[in-house]
This record gives sequence, structure tokens and C-alpha cells, in this order.
Amino acid sequence: MLAGRATANIVRRPFYGQDLILQMDAIGVGSLPITVLIGFFSGVIMALQMSRALSQYGATGQVGQITAITLVREMGPVLTALLIAGRNASGIASELGSMKVSEQIDAMRALGTDPVKKLVTPRLLAMCVTLPLLTIIADFVGLIGGYMVAVPLLRLTTGAQYWNNAWRSLEYNDIAQGLLKPFLFAVIIALVGCLYGMRTSGGTQGVGKATTQAVVVASVWIFIVTAVITRIFVNL
Amino acid sequence: MARQEPKERRCILKFEEVSLIFEEGHPILDRVSFEIWSGETRILLGAAGAGKTVMMKIALGLLRPTNGKVYVFGEDVTGFDERKWFDVRSYIGILFQEGGLFDSLTVEENVAYPLLNQARFMAGGKKPTAESVRPDVQEALNFVELGKTMSKFPSELSGGMRRRVGIARGSVTDPELFLYDSPTAGLDPITANTIITLLIKDRELRNTTTVIITHRFQDGNLLANFRYNPESEKLEKLPAGSPFLERTKFMVMQNGRLVFEGTEAELAISKDPYISKFSMHPATKVS
Repeated sequence: MLAGRATANIVRRPFYGQDLILQMDAIGVGSLPITVLIGFFSGVIMALQMSRALSQYGATGQVGQITAITLVREMGPVLTALLIAGRNASGIASELGSMKVSEQIDAMRALGTDPVKKLVTPRLLAMCVTLPLLTIIADFVGLIGGYMVAVPLLRLTTGAQYWNNAWRSLEYNDIAQGLLKPFLFAVIIALVGCLYGMRTSGGTQGVGKATTQAVVVASVWIFIVTAVITRIFVNL
Repeated sequence: MARQEPKERRCILKFEEVSLIFEEGHPILDRVSFEIWSGETRILLGAAGAGKTVMMKIALGLLRPTNGKVYVFGEDVTGFDERKWFDVRSYIGILFQEGGLFDSLTVEENVAYPLLNQARFMAGGKKPTAESVRPDVQEALNFVELGKTMSKFPSELSGGMRRRVGIARGSVTDPELFLYDSPTAGLDPITANTIITLLIKDRELRNTTTVIITHRFQDGNLLANFRYNPESEKLEKLPAGSPFLERTKFMVMQNGRLVFEGTEAELAISKDPYISKFSMHPATKVS
């Protein structure tokens, strides 16, 4: 019901554009430094792990290919989503939960404004726009991390070969699932955060409980959805 | 700021046999009926848990009655869904018990909130901005004598100041009906009198229909017997026989039922042990 109302509000007046921009700033810009950091180190770790395995088969030149496929298909979307779930699902649940227990959401209704339109819709939209963008950035920075390990550090391959392999290994199927996943994760994170926040009860203890539940439930759904999507795309 | 006196009196709020039952056999509100007409003031008295706030929430559409009909501004709103209620509520001012302010917004942002977010102020696609509504916000805050607190946060204000900001936020849209939930609860007598003076001032200058939940008889007494003189900017007692004395009526709630509705004089002569506790009747007043 919350998903339906939040989605329907996208096309209904009034539009709260400023709230959308504020949320995109909080979720997107606010999460950028940590996304870049995690993305970079996931690429570094991937290349380091792969270097050992690939050297056994004399295929160290393929490190760019493996890093690109793993990052774009799975690691980039999932790691970024888990990061945003920890950072923003908790933030959304605690903010809305505090508003709920202090009756500010009722005040919003009493003042003639729709809390779903004012609070949920901007967060849902902002998440759907920023999470795929953050994932693309994490993928790219991860590839740079892999390059740093594979080329200057371990000299497994040349720079040109690394980027060439990485680029050529990616198919439309990989790009499609790499963009579909963060979009679905964004819907999950925003709606779970808002749902647990808006149904908070039990004072400050309830806010803490709602925050924890939002992160746990969002994380579990991220893994379930990625498994389902991967299963679908494997057969395509 | 002052709204024109309406040419015809009209029914602003009407309850028709309204009941609310949460659990089977235990009504929170039991067949409550009353009418409030434009320009009137109603003082809602009753013990804690008598159903006063529930009645106010039903009038605002925050709770849906189990039985009966509710009319707001002459329209049957009983079956209204949440979206239709948003429009109705934008014509009703509300002051919550603790002010109900948004703690992450400044005083200015709190008062500007209805003007910036209610759909009726965005008609024709023209969206108001913080700059465009600032004069109205400043005027509303000046009205409650808090014109210099625009940049403060609610946590920086005293309890009485928060209520006054709540009054400014409720009145900034110039509502036809203003509902006050225990505006003086927990306040010292001086601050409580300041709040009631503001309520009377708002009622006189804007001709607002007013409903007040209170536990203090003094609040009702002031509202029933005093008017605001804009020239002297002070309250003055209404002379005996003034037609304005009839504008203020009292209602007493007991266990979800409306057990009294009448003027202050009628309340004072009531012999009912429960009702007389809310009047100044010395013979039956129970400490």
C-alpha cells in the first residue's frame, strides 16, 4: 500500500521538488565519499584475490575481465546497496520514527499535508535516481582499484590490455542487470526505511528497534532479489 | 488580517450521533451530537479519558467514527478518504497539546509550513517560496509577540513560547475553524492567561470559530466574559446582557458522552456532581 501511494503521488499535485533535491543531496552526494572508498577497495581486493588464482593457470592477463564482470554484475550493486542500506535505510527509519513517536506525522496530516507525499515519495524518488548512479561510480572506481593492483603494483598485465579486456568482457546482459539491480535495491531500501519508520511505536526504544529492523530487512531483501535477478539473467 | 464578518451564519462543525468503538462494548465516544456555528466559541471540559481529544481528532479526520455523521463547513465528511481530508484540514487551524512543532525546522519554517505545503496555496501551478510567504509568517509571529524568534529552533523555546508558535502556525492560513487541544495545560497562570488572551484576540480580529479543550475553568471564564479591544490592545469585560455572552458555550464530556451543553450561567447552576466540578459553583465544587 505504501509503495502504491508513494508511486501514485509522483504524478499528483502538489510536487515537493525541494524535498526531492534535499534527499538526493543527502543520499547521493552524502554517500559519495564512502561509496568511492568502498568501490575502490573492492576492486583492489578483487584483483589481489584473482591474481593468485589466475597465476596458477597462467591467465593473469584476464584480471581486468574478471574484475569488470564481477563488479558490474554483482559486487558493485550489492556492496553499494548494502552500504546505502546501512547508511540511509537506518537514517530514514530513525528520522521518520522520531517524527512518528513525537506525533509530528499526525501534525503533518492535521496541517493538510500528506506525510506519504511529503516524506516517502521524495525519498523513494531520490533513492531510485541516486543509487544506480552511485553503483556506476562504484563500478568505475572499483575498476580503477583493480587496475592499480594489476598494472603498477603486481605488473600482471599492461594498462591497455587491462582496460581492453575489462571493456570487451562486458555484454549488454551484464550492463542490464548491473543497472536493474540497483534500481530494485533502491525501491527496497527506501520503502523498508520509510515503512519501519512510519509504523514506529514505543518511544525512543521503538525508534532504535525500527532502525535496526529496517537495516536487517533491507539487507536480507537485497540478497534475495539479487539471487532472483541473477537466476533470471543467467538463463537469458 | 481581519476577516470580513460573514453575511450569514453557517454551521461550521456538526456531530450527529457520532460514536467510536475500539473494542466491542466499550465506546470511546458514545452518540455525541452538537452543532457549532460560525463565530462561536466552544469550551470542551471533561476528565482525562472522557473523549475530548478523540472528538477533536474525529473533527479533523484523524480518526474515523464507527457510527454517526460528521459535517465540517456544512459538508458531510464522514466518508471522506485521506486525500479529501487534506483539503478540508487546510481550512482548519490546530494547536496540539505540546505545540506539535517540527523539531528539525526553525520557528520561521514551522510557521511557513502550511503556506508552503498545502495544495490550496499552489493553485495555478504557482508555488509559494520562503521569501514570498515571509511577510505573512512575520505578521503571524508578531501577532503572538514572537517576531524576533524566527531563526530559533523549538528546543530553544519555553513551553509557553512553543504554544504561541503553534498558534501562529495554525492562524497563518487564516482558518475558519481553530481547534485548540489543552492550550494551557502544564503552564503557569501568567503564561496561561497570555495564551488565552491570544485566543480571544484571534477570535475577535479574525472572527474565527473556536473550539478549546481545557481543564481550567478560568480559561472558559475569560473566553466567555471578555473581549479584545483593538484600540487599547487589552481585554475588557463584556457588559451584562451583551449578545456576545451567548457566543461562548460550554460542553462537558463524561466517559465518551456529552453530558452538558450550555452557557456559563447554565453550567454554574448545574446540580450534577460531575458537571459542577467544572464550574465555580461553590456549594458542589469538590476538591
